[in-house]
Amino acid sequence: MKGKIKFVQGNEACVEAAMYAGLDFFAGYPITPSTEIAEHLSYRLPQQGGKFLQMEDEIASMCAIIGASLTGHKVMTATSGPGFSLMQEALGYAVMAEIPAVIVNVQRGGPSTGNPTHVSQGDVNQARWGTHGDHAIITLTASSHQDLFGITVDAFNMAETYRTPVILLLDEVIGHMREKLVVPEDGEIPLVKRLRTSLKEGVDYHPYFPREDGRIPMSDFGGVHRYNVTGLYHDMWGFPSDNPRLVHDLIRHLVDKIQNDRHVITRCNKYHLDDARTILIAYGSAARSAHHVVETSRREGQRVGLLELKTLWPFPHGLVREKCAKARTIIVVEMNMGQVLAGVKQAVDNPESVFLANRIDGVLIKPVDITGIMRIIQGRGV
Amino acid sequence: MGVKDYIRARFFPHIWCPGCGHGIVLNSLLTAIEKLGLSKNDIVFVSGIGCSSRISGYVDFHTLHTIHGRAVAFATGVKMSRPGLNIIVPMGDGDALAIGGNHFIHAARRNLDLTAIVMNNRIYGMTGGQFSPLSGYGVKATTAPYYNIDHGFDIAELSVAAGATFVARSTTYHVKQLTNIFCKAILHKGFSVVEVLSQCPTYFGRKNNAGSAVDMMEFYKNNTIPKGSKAKDENPDLIERGIFVQKKLPEYCEEYDKIIKIAKNRS
Ligand code: SF4
Repeated sequence: MKGKIKFVQGNEACVEAAMYAGLDFFAGYPITPSTEIAEHLSYRLPQQGGKFLQMEDEIASMCAIIGASLTGHKVMTATSGPGFSLMQEALGYAVMAEIPAVIVNVQRGGPSTGNPTHVSQGDVNQARWGTHGDHAIITLTASSHQDLFGITVDAFNMAETYRTPVILLLDEVIGHMREKLVVPEDGEIPLVKRLRTSLKEGVDYHPYFPREDGRIPMSDFGGVHRYNVTGLYHDMWGFPSDNPRLVHDLIRHLVDKIQNDRHVITRCNKYHLDDARTILIAYGSAARSAHHVVETSRREGQRVGLLELKTLWPFPHGLVREKCAKARTIIVVEMNMGQVLAGVKQAVDNPESVFLANRIDGVLIKPVDITGIMRIIQGRGV
Repeated sequence: MGVKDYIRARFFPHIWCPGCGHGIVLNSLLTAIEKLGLSKNDIVFVSGIGCSSRISGYVDFHTLHTIHGRAVAFATGVKMSRPGLNIIVPMGDGDALAIGGNHFIHAARRNLDLTAIVMNNRIYGMTGGQFSPLSGYGVKATTAPYYNIDHGFDIAELSVAAGATFVARSTTYHVKQLTNIFCKAILHKGFSVVEVLSQCPTYFGRKNNAGSAVDMMEFYKNNTIPKGSKAKDENPDLIERGIFVQKKLPEYCEEYDKIIKIAKNRS
């Protein structure tokens, strides 16, 4: 990969990637530890003719980006725990009305105002289940700036492909840490263009009528097709309906369009998995400590591997099951009470072999924290 | 074109009760749009939740039926991303000023070019007659079975204080004035607010012995006066109708365009 080399914060890497992906509308409300994303975009967006809005709160921010996405723009907002909580209702609207959008949550410790300037990974389940009702969602994460760049572009691509909000779930260490980033050349990472209807003016356009491949062509608000968008259950014209058949089919469509493509959406990094007896499963900044443990343990001759998840939802049960099939011990490393742990236990044949190495005190989990737990599990004392 | 050319017949019959004021507002709005000769493709209706907010489904424009209280926030995104469009935001009183109060005052402060219409029936109609922030002291509602001790807002005063550059009020009885005001509000460059006193005979009327829809409209006739009328000095309870503020201030989208110019020159 050749390109511009930069030394940046993770939040800045996210901004670079969003601009690369074609972001041209951002609305947000400042909140630690995501604030730098808004700050950088307020500077960068107008340079490209894009719009940056500082809204009165996170609710308004989420609503504004939905409105802008409908007119054909690539949109994003960025926030942290409390702001993400506020966004949940409008997030559900974007799911229901099938509006592409990217929502970055640089996590802080919670609940409530919690631990604003310290690291946590407590919002994994909220990303999946935060909004009410049955729905599917895509949640992505990363542990290095280079990966973060790629996954941010992926987030935009997936939002456009599936007509859905995509959540980018980062943590404070990744957001604030500085490291090298190589910004790829234009065209190096393919960008997904929104699928727009080819119907001409005056032809009856059905805003919610899927093509054979399941994708639904959009028409920009303010263009030649006038249609209705609603958060109510709706037919292919966007007309509200509570017809049981229609309600059933719509919820199935919203879930299936993402669930059926899990193999395409799943992203991960694999380190020394082939012969691993002990497998660490981690994501975000915790994966960096886990990676260190794997490298040092290998040098000592231990058969330890790391499965780093970059897709958290839909949960990659198949991947986890396959990779862990031959392992004796699986240790999930995360900075919460075991939110990914639950998914891993569900995925593997032998849930008793799954353990948790966690820290919940706002301090980055260190390699020594992980090795300590490994020793206990292996009966080697502390 | 007649008003009928602006509606989506397939969305009818509408959900409003017989005698509801919202139909009059719809008619008046469409008459105003017809008078102005605006292209249908240039108009976006953005509404929230409630009886009044269903208005967006009935009109043949780009229509966005959003979530409770947030219509102005959605509209902000539509307008900023495509400034050439005429954005009309019809809301109920609870929608605009209880749950949506924050967005309402901030959009006014920015002076974003939106036309906010508050269809004020002083009640929560769709959820069955609970009091709203506009019900006012002494009114009865399903959640104020004794009487309401919350004081109401004066929408016009609130909008002026928040920085709206066009503020007007009328009623469903004064249809000609209302249509006229709608025309001016839509043409106004900046945040315009039009409050329409609109009767809800089903809940407000029944709970407060206000009589039939016709009685309620007669109340508007007898208890409102043109803005600046001397009658207000003798009877402060009279409600003023007309344009309260109409002034020029820099509009938000235009201001942002200046930022883009500066940013491009520096980069
Ligand atoms: S409940 Fe009231 S506001 Fe709602 S439609 Fe009926 S009359 Fe109109």
